[in-house]
Amino acid sequence: MAYPPAAQSSPPRQPSVKVILTSADLQRVVDRIAHQILEKTQGAADTVLLGIPTRGAPLARRLAARISAFEGISVPVGVLDITLYRDDLRRHATRAVGPTQLPAGGIDGRRVVLVDDVLFSGRTVRAALDALGDLGRPASVQLAVLVDRGHRQLPIRADYVGKNIPTALAESVKVTLAETDGADEVRLYGEEAR
Amino acid sequence: MIRHLLSGADLDADTAIQILDTAAEMAAVAGREVKKLPALRGRTVVNLFYEDSTRTRISFEAAAKRLSADVINFSAKGSSVAKGESLKDTALTLQAMGADAVVVRHPASGAPHRLADWVDGCVVNAGDGTHEHPTQALLDAYTMRSRLGRLAGLSVAVVGDVLHSRVARSNVLLLSTLGAKVTLVGPPTLIPVDIAAALAPGTDVCYDLDAVLPSSDVVMMLRVQRERMNDSYFPSAREYARRYGLDGPRMGRLPEHAIVMHPGPMNRGMEITPEVADSPRSTIVEQVANGVSVRMAVLYLLLGGNNR
Repeated sequence: MAYPPAAQSSPPRQPSVKVILTSADLQRVVDRIAHQILEKTQGAADTVLLGIPTRGAPLARRLAARISAFEGISVPVGVLDITLYRDDLRRHATRAVGPTQLPAGGIDGRRVVLVDDVLFSGRTVRAALDALGDLGRPASVQLAVLVDRGHRQLPIRADYVGKNIPTALAESVKVTLAETDGADEVRLYGEEAR
Repeated sequence: MIRHLLSGADLDADTAIQILDTAAEMAAVAGREVKKLPALRGRTVVNLFYEDSTRTRISFEAAAKRLSADVINFSAKGSSVAKGESLKDTALTLQAMGADAVVVRHPASGAPHRLADWVDGCVVNAGDGTHEHPTQALLDAYTMRSRLGRLAGLSVAVVGDVLHSRVARSNVLLLSTLGAKVTLVGPPTLIPVDIAAALAPGTDVCYDLDAVLPSSDVVMMLRVQRERMNDSYFPSAREYARRYGLDGPRMGRLPEHAIVMHPGPMNRGMEITPEVADSPRSTIVEQVANGVSVRMAVLYLLLGGNNR
């Protein structure tokens, strides 16, 4: 045969994995968000950082540590588990419920900064807002995310964004952190590599 | 995840621990401003009670309501059951009403197992005859874990009318799965022959309460049901109280850290003296509060996802 078989004329695309943020990048981004929080909240007065599990929780602790290193202020940190507030509970097998830990002073009258790793559809944040409403009445709520990948399904935006990553719906963004996964990195996976 | 909760034996160690861990998170809700979670919105839980029971029914009702489920209470008295409707017809009625879960208490051992074949929803056994009461065992395990910090390796004495006790049976099954060592204590007439081997190998039987006390981390007193007192299982109520009742001096023989449990309702002066029941070692009131958290966890894990 003079021609190669048809299958070979369009070889399958290689699964693509792209590193968006390296460990050093990620540290710089966290530093910048910490500065932005300080700037936008007049020195983090009356501010509480609440991380959304899994990776929002260590991110919130890192932000608090950086804020403390920059200005010597200790910002209360907590964890807000949103499992029971999800709108897709019935589409999956029962999800395990994680711990919610509010700082000793509570959230009433405070400025709450929600912290998460990736902002995508906005549904997680919607659930977090509902959960907050049952836990108390913050003076205001802000949102800090490491990565905003677009494709919002709800009218939600972040106040602090580490990095905007334009993505296709079929792609996926994976954040790994030293505390939960052993190493700091943000990767973008193509459709085939998921 | 399991479909129904009918027996303490339905739970393997991982599932049981998952329920206890979830219950610990549910317990936090009781201390909040809004004591409600939206997880079971739009789900219907039917409490089907063929026997009088205040605390178990209220506990399940509170649990379902805190998870935002709709609750229908169905008690046999004054219902179609009093007019002679069979369990199966009642089940089909509930089915037609779209019950997502049926919590059933029935005087006949095994009734919840039959019910599970007839309805599409989840069935939770809230006590069947002299057979099982798995959510009571879960809340007992939860109470032990929160007081003593662990379950594996605990020595638990279950004292009293083991023969008629669904609480005892479910506890033996669950606690042995979780690595605790159970000793059944009571008069020989109230402990079935070979029950220990039949339920869980490793379970001991002892007819002398005083011999067991010094080595027990937990003493669980069972209620002596009034109607049994005349059935000559023991010579007299007073003799029973003397030999198997937990009083102050006996409590003094327990190790320092040991706790005293009772599923309620108590016969003060019979199996337990007021001095013991109201002491700081007694977890009786805690058990009631923990019951709501554990039942919330069970309902959430059965109904929370699409476990069909």
